[in-house]
Amino acid sequence: MRAELFLQYLVSGLIYGSIYAAVAIGFNIIYNATGIINFAQGEFAMLGGMIASSLASRLPLALAMAAAVAATTLVGIGMERAFLRRIARGGVLKMIIATIGLSIAIREIALLIWGESVRTLPFFSGTEVSSVGIAGAHFSPQVFWVLGVTALVVAALTAFFKLTLIGKAMRGCSANREGASLCGIDPDLMVTLAFGLSAAIGAIAGCAVAPLTQTHYAIGTGLGIKGFTVAAFGGLGNSLAAVGAGLILGMLESFSIIVVPEAYKDVVSIVVLLAVLFAKPSGIFGSRAAGALKDY
Amino acid sequence: MLKARNLEAGYGPLRVLKGLSLHVAPGEIVAIIGANGAGKSTLLGSLAGLVRPTSGSVTLRGEDVTGSRPERMLAAGCSLVPEGRKLFAPMTVRENLELGGYSVRRRLGRKAFEEDLAGVFELFPRLGERQGQLAGTMSGGEQQMLAIGRSLMSRPELIMLDEPSMGLAPLVIKQIFSAISALRSRGKTVLVVEQNAKAILKIASRGYVMETGSLVLEGTGQELLANRDVQRAYLGKEYSSIADEREGR
Repeated sequence: MRAELFLQYLVSGLIYGSIYAAVAIGFNIIYNATGIINFAQGEFAMLGGMIASSLASRLPLALAMAAAVAATTLVGIGMERAFLRRIARGGVLKMIIATIGLSIAIREIALLIWGESVRTLPFFSGTEVSSVGIAGAHFSPQVFWVLGVTALVVAALTAFFKLTLIGKAMRGCSANREGASLCGIDPDLMVTLAFGLSAAIGAIAGCAVAPLTQTHYAIGTGLGIKGFTVAAFGGLGNSLAAVGAGLILGMLESFSIIVVPEAYKDVVSIVVLLAVLFAKPSGIFGSRAAGALKDY
Repeated sequence: MLKARNLEAGYGPLRVLKGLSLHVAPGEIVAIIGANGAGKSTLLGSLAGLVRPTSGSVTLRGEDVTGSRPERMLAAGCSLVPEGRKLFAPMTVRENLELGGYSVRRRLGRKAFEEDLAGVFELFPRLGERQGQLAGTMSGGEQQMLAIGRSLMSRPELIMLDEPSMGLAPLVIKQIFSAISALRSRGKTVLVVEQNAKAILKIASRGYVMETGSLVLEGTGQELLANRDVQRAYLGKEYSSIADEREGR
């Protein structure tokens, strides 16, 4: 294989991988807080991109994206407060099914608002035609934006969970809900925060990737499946593992073009998902010892 | 300090507490002993806000706190060290203590928190040595120390302990009980539920005996230790040997 082609595939794998990782981290945050898989996770990314693209014609790009992230965060919080909290006593399975319903509702509402047209966001810097050359391969500057934003999100989240009292309280709540209650931490508030945080991260990912891949009312489904694959692949609940798993899946997809036609790209992630669920449901980075310390 | 009146509570149709009353005066160590399934944990749970009483009242320093949530009970100065400890297993010792001081730190700031932390390490030097260890990887005794330390971080006036000696080796139990005595000398009031009746009654100022949802007997630690029914049911003595002791044989 020619070196620049290899580099091209590599970078494309990195980009998709980091977006999948961001969506997977959203899955993990909610999973840690509630024990459920939020199947509306991909919809957060769709909303982020779509709202930002609508606002971008009237507002400066950065402001449009900030507003999109804020609006999506409110959708996440509203979803938890208005629906999921009310059925929390009914058990995890009911809540998971409710998230599937909510994801369909959000998608249909998006279809009513934005129609079927494909939208895009302006590039964060430069235009579609500007490119950065590395070793004979050419990349859009947006590539570096996507990688930078994802790295920043991961670093900020790690700092939040390791260093701030609220972040620690959220971890404590997922480790032992009753113990957290007895420390004066309000578990319901932590769950709401988790939904807000996870919606915000999804929206950021949706904004970052929109200039490269364009956006559409239905992209959430695909992103959700990929994100879930990555979350399961890395080990549910482990956000750093999600980054590793995301990059691996991105690479697998991108290099699969060498052996199978591009149309089969999505098949790769489904195969990975099935293989992980059959062979190692705790995920490749999930260790039994650490898992045993979790209370759920 | 704490008063419960005609407290009733249960799960669904099951009535676990059947109208019991108790009081705890400031500075006391009050023990509740009783067999498995007597409802001791439910009693503490309903005092700490984990279980909602179906009727009756709970007052803390004269203030009605019946059916309050755990956050409110904690703010009112009443903290529970729960059965099974309920630690944050995948988090470090220090992080567990930080979350114990969650409400204090939000109210009074970092300095108050550091002071409280030093106080806990003074009572349990072992925790100070192991600040970075994951709570779930510690021994049972150390975990119990951490659970008590975490509860102390909230600056409670009344500490309630649910079966603090459960699953621990005799030597470790001794340490835990001397720590409970030390709590009193720090000005804390203690309400403790315990299976190990003999050890707890020795350090308790007063005790209650609980049977199937009701308190059937009350007395000072010494009185209960000398009581024949208590001796037979909870201290593992036979009637014959009790009779022998009485007659000085």
